Amino acid sequence: MALDKFFRRKRPKAAVSEDVPELWSKCSSCGAQIYKRDLEANLKVCPVCSHHHRISVEERLRTLLDPDSFEPRSGSVHPRDPLHFVDTLPYTERLKRAQQRSGRPDAILAGLGRIQGSRLVLALMDFEFSGGSMGSAVGEELVRAADLAVELHLPLVVVCASGGARMQEGAYSLMQMAKTIAALGRLAAARLPYLSVLTDPTTGGVTASFATLADVILAEPGALIGFAGPRVIQQTMRQTLPEGFQRSEFLLQHGLLDLVVDRRQLPSRLHALLSLLKGAA
Amino acid sequence: MTSGGDRWAKVQLARMPGRPTALDYLKLAFEDFVELHGDRLFRDDPALVGGLARLAGRPVVVLGEQKGRDTKENILRSFGMPNPEGYRKAVRLMRLAEKFGLPVVSLVDTIGAYPGVSAEEHGQAWAIAESIRTMLSLQVPVLAVILGEGGSGGALAIAAADRVLILQNAWYSVISPESCAAILWRDAAEAPKAAEALQLSAADLLAQGLVEEVIPEPSGGAHTDPQMTAATLKLALQRHLDELCLLGGEQLVAGREARFRRLGVFGETPLP
Repeated sequence: MALDKFFRRKRPKAAVSEDVPELWSKCSSCGAQIYKRDLEANLKVCPVCSHHHRISVEERLRTLLDPDSFEPRSGSVHPRDPLHFVDTLPYTERLKRAQQRSGRPDAILAGLGRIQGSRLVLALMDFEFSGGSMGSAVGEELVRAADLAVELHLPLVVVCASGGARMQEGAYSLMQMAKTIAALGRLAAARLPYLSVLTDPTTGGVTASFATLADVILAEPGALIGFAGPRVIQQTMRQTLPEGFQRSEFLLQHGLLDLVVDRRQLPSRLHALLSLLKGAA
Repeated sequence: MTSGGDRWAKVQLARMPGRPTALDYLKLAFEDFVELHGDRLFRDDPALVGGLARLAGRPVVVLGEQKGRDTKENILRSFGMPNPEGYRKAVRLMRLAEKFGLPVVSLVDTIGAYPGVSAEEHGQAWAIAESIRTMLSLQVPVLAVILGEGGSGGALAIAAADRVLILQNAWYSVISPESCAAILWRDAAEAPKAAEALQLSAADLLAQGLVEEVIPEPSGGAHTDPQMTAATLKLALQRHLDELCLLGGEQLVAGREARFRRLGVFGETPLP
């Protein structure tokens, strides 16, 4: 899958650059020096050029949900290593490291919460955990989040950030694409809204499954979204890429997204959509 | 169960020139094939063929990922890597099958969906997701066979079936061994290692519970005797269709959903 290119890339340094004192950040897009606290207060959106820096799952929760409204429901499902997969490191070792760093069993956090008062089931993908890749555990947690929404008669919002299906679980990972799509079918049959928010980056088997089957597809500005990664296309097909290729604004123009929404407006836009989709009920 | 390091050899067999393609099986195992073209939106994708045919007399809708049989045809068919319009044609034909109560037989053979600029501009990911969603929802029997290569989402797009069969020397996985090697070993030449690690052979998939049956090939591979391979495949397809055709639409959809619901390996600890 298009996974991946991201493993090779240096970790996004959350706008920190070595040549500036610790209190200051440098925007990775325009190079502006920003007082770190200002950047945090601005939800890691550059106050100069509006570049959306990647944020952690915890930051996402804080910036999206009403304070103290989150009740976690994920975390009981743990990844296994059904293929005893070893590349340059054993898969079990990669998992252990990612689990220690994140404090989560796998690349997803899901639970109940409120956005401007509206209750919903929220699932957040964690790009910092193995590139947000989807193996059996992530697929299962997504299915449970959708089932929970059906059970409680609540809308589902998924914030995506993923390199795609996880290679180390082979065909099991591939099957999660169909498994998550089937779960969305139950949500649709119950006529419950499903909104997906695509953030930087969302590619491969995640884009080609639940991420793009939402009733409304939102994206953050400048997010890389696609099936094949840009490097794969450039290298294997020897094609030059058009400007802005696979970025949110490009996809909006090509009719593939409903809305590109600034992170600072995301809660109010989600709230508006959810309340409109509730209809007359 | 296969192991012992012969998975890469099987990948080579799955790609052997002269290995029967979807259109070859349509000639050898089906009757009265009428190819139907186009997604009604943009163009006809020669990498994904489809149409109406009979299998032992029973009318069916057939979908097939189609490789070329020589370089010229391979260029025309983008080496069997469908574009979004191919998957949208598949969706159109699935709807046709449902409308007329015809079973869908899907012949999978792709290294993956086409990775190109135009494919991305036209929503490759969106087309694949929609194809899976549509296939899962069909109130008619859906039977898929991995003929040669089952590469990632491009294969699953037309394999969200009631039952998935696989030819003995075919492979099916989340990624091609070359791409996997390029990412994890940073060297596509490590593809044989990746093929082992991915456990992508027909026997592996059967052991993993991800396919229902392995269709035997003549010793030496399907290309050594396409007629015999097609005859064996035809019998298996007939047998599965006979069984699936006894089920009602809702039963089929529920069974298909349940099939995918249980796929995956994970552990569980109660939350505190």
